[in-house]
Amino acid sequence: MASVTIEGVRKSYGSVEVLHGVDVAIDEGEFVVLVGPSGCGKSTLLRMLAGLEHITSGQIRIGERVVNDLAPKERDIAMVFQNYALYPHLTVAENMGFSLMLAGAKRAAIAEKVRPAAEILGLAHLLDRYPRMLSGGQRQRVAMGRAIVRDPQVFLFDEPLSNLDAKLRVTMRSEIKNLHQRLKTTTVYVTHDQIEAMTMADKIVVMHDGIVEQIGAPLELYDRPDNLFVAGFIGSPAMNMIPGTLEEGGFRAKDGTLLPVTRRGSARPGQALIYGLRPELMTAGGDVPLVVEVTEPTGAETHVVGKLGGVEITGVFRDRIDVASGGTMTVGIDPSGVHLFDEASGKRVSD
Amino acid sequence: MMPGPDQARNARDAAPARARRGLWSRLSESQNGLGFLFMLPAAIFLLFFLTYPLGLGVWLGFTDTRIGREGVFIGLENYLWLFDDPVFWLTVFNTVFYTTIASVAKFGLGLWLALILNRHLPFKNFFRAIILLPWVVPTVLSAMAFWWIFDSQFSIISWSLMKMGLIDQPINFLGDPWTARWSVIAANVWRGIPFVAISLLAGLQTIPQSLNEAAAIDGATPWQRFRKVTLPLLTPIIAVVMTFSVLFTFTDFQLIYVLTRGGPVNATHLMATLSFQRAIPGGQLGEGAAIAVAMIPFLLAAILFSFFGLQRRKWQQGQD
Ligand SMILES: Nc1ncnc2c1ncn2[C@@H]1O[C@H](COP(=O)(O)OP(=O)(O)OP(=O)(O)O)[C@@H](O)[C@H]1O
Ligand SMILES: [Mg+2]
Repeated sequence: MASVTIEGVRKSYGSVEVLHGVDVAIDEGEFVVLVGPSGCGKSTLLRMLAGLEHITSGQIRIGERVVNDLAPKERDIAMVFQNYALYPHLTVAENMGFSLMLAGAKRAAIAEKVRPAAEILGLAHLLDRYPRMLSGGQRQRVAMGRAIVRDPQVFLFDEPLSNLDAKLRVTMRSEIKNLHQRLKTTTVYVTHDQIEAMTMADKIVVMHDGIVEQIGAPLELYDRPDNLFVAGFIGSPAMNMIPGTLEEGGFRAKDGTLLPVTRRGSARPGQALIYGLRPELMTAGGDVPLVVEVTEPTGAETHVVGKLGGVEITGVFRDRIDVASGGTMTVGIDPSGVHLFDEASGKRVSD
Repeated sequence: MMPGPDQARNARDAAPARARRGLWSRLSESQNGLGFLFMLPAAIFLLFFLTYPLGLGVWLGFTDTRIGREGVFIGLENYLWLFDDPVFWLTVFNTVFYTTIASVAKFGLGLWLALILNRHLPFKNFFRAIILLPWVVPTVLSAMAFWWIFDSQFSIISWSLMKMGLIDQPINFLGDPWTARWSVIAANVWRGIPFVAISLLAGLQTIPQSLNEAAAIDGATPWQRFRKVTLPLLTPIIAVVMTFSVLFTFTDFQLIYVLTRGGPVNATHLMATLSFQRAIPGGQLGEGAAIAVAMIPFLLAAILFSFFGLQRRKWQQGQD
């Protein structure tokens, strides 16, 4: 176990800079998820941590050691690749014991390490198979097994679940989480799926276009997003964003609807703002009109897509809603959960 | 309606009608028949251009045919004659030596080139194109170039070595038996490398980069990465490429024919050149054919070795 410190890290490919100075501090034993849209530089950052990409500038430390110029094998990390990168010519057992074999360990010593790891992952009966004879989920487990056998300071995962079907993904998600709780190894996990990030992380790092937008615990990010990007990225269905301005009586949307506000923060009257409203903060029956376009009952709750304050929004209601498309319903808004953002800078202004 | 005599008569009429419709329409209506029809041109082509000459060659080997005279079946006489012919055995030795040394060299140098070209190099595409050149040039042309390079008076190699003061008289490349053997091998290697290098390069590019990265993280040195990951994954392709390379080399004719015609004193005579020499200029078609047929066991052995020894890997085929 070790802490990981990333300080002012930049990465350029030729003249194109793809990471513009990233700072992340990861505590010992923490499970940190790097999340962001495709192309934001998550994999690049992870690969720099692993030693597979040169660090253009800045510093990465694992524990107390600066690893900028260390080869991957000297960093004491293990990585699980998106395509698993299993050696096709080696059996499951040989795949898992490969690093020990390279280090010159005895056959018996290798088996002694591989067996418990295989048992943790439920692979004990597959040890003699070749990767091509395994299912996607099993391959994924072998890749994790290979990492566990190394017993490294830090685990690195690059979108390990993205090749699995939805159901298996949920299972593997909790398996990885369990594994982390057992081993307590510092883990950096890359995904573009915010649900994975929310459910697995101790700490989430939201990245966007080569910068870090916000770092925090999952619910911290949900309850107090620093900017419009994080607000829109975390949460599903996404936060509704209604443009308008602040007045004495509340928030005046572009189409004239008045919405309730309590936490005004530093917002000034007349400032162009975005009113951020989580879908579940609306209740049926109130004084704000919502023109219904589609209702999607899921049983436990009803999703309503419609127009509110002149823009398309989504609402999630606990009640069963029966309004025809084109009809109008009224909703109540709990103002304590409302976020205000500056429209120009995207920064949070409410407190 | 009762099943009456009408129906019976209809059935009776139908049978001859079907037969009368002829082979052609029946073939073109059944799926198997149609498949057979479509395969027919290819089958005839193969039969005519591959099997027929091979069969004719094997047959000729059992006769005493000469140019301009029909032969008669003489059984194994040609082979018994060859068995006692020291020149024949010399060519067997030459061919095996030529093939072994040249193939090993082509493999080593070809793999080395492929590994270099597989890395990120400046002007990579330029080098990849350059490397194909020896293969694109017609053999006769490159053999003539080598003829000059190996010339006993004007060889550029002798000239350079003499200028450097390493030797004091030109090397008689093609005049001395052993230098001649090594010289033709060098020419063959030069010509054969592109095929090996480019094929192995294609094989290398099918190995995912992430496997090398995983190995690097697992602590493999570059040599271990090559030895434990790249090489095993490349083996099936190496097997195919080297089988072809061995077959081409074993049956080589043009290069020898232009460079040495088998000389000096048969030192570079290969089975293929000897076969030609006995059959065409020598007129002994039967004996020439027998020499050619004698190559077949060697070629089969090479193919079987590659197929069973190298190509079929457990991790590819599965073992259940
Ligand atoms: N070898 C390279 N040369 C040039 N640009 C690169 C290279 N590798 C990555 N990039 C660029 O760097 C940026 C970040 O890439 P990266 O692979 O880190 O994205 P990502 O966040 O992992 O995305 P995804 O979720 O799709 O995997 C992208 O814009 C990409 O085009
Ligand atoms: Mg990625």
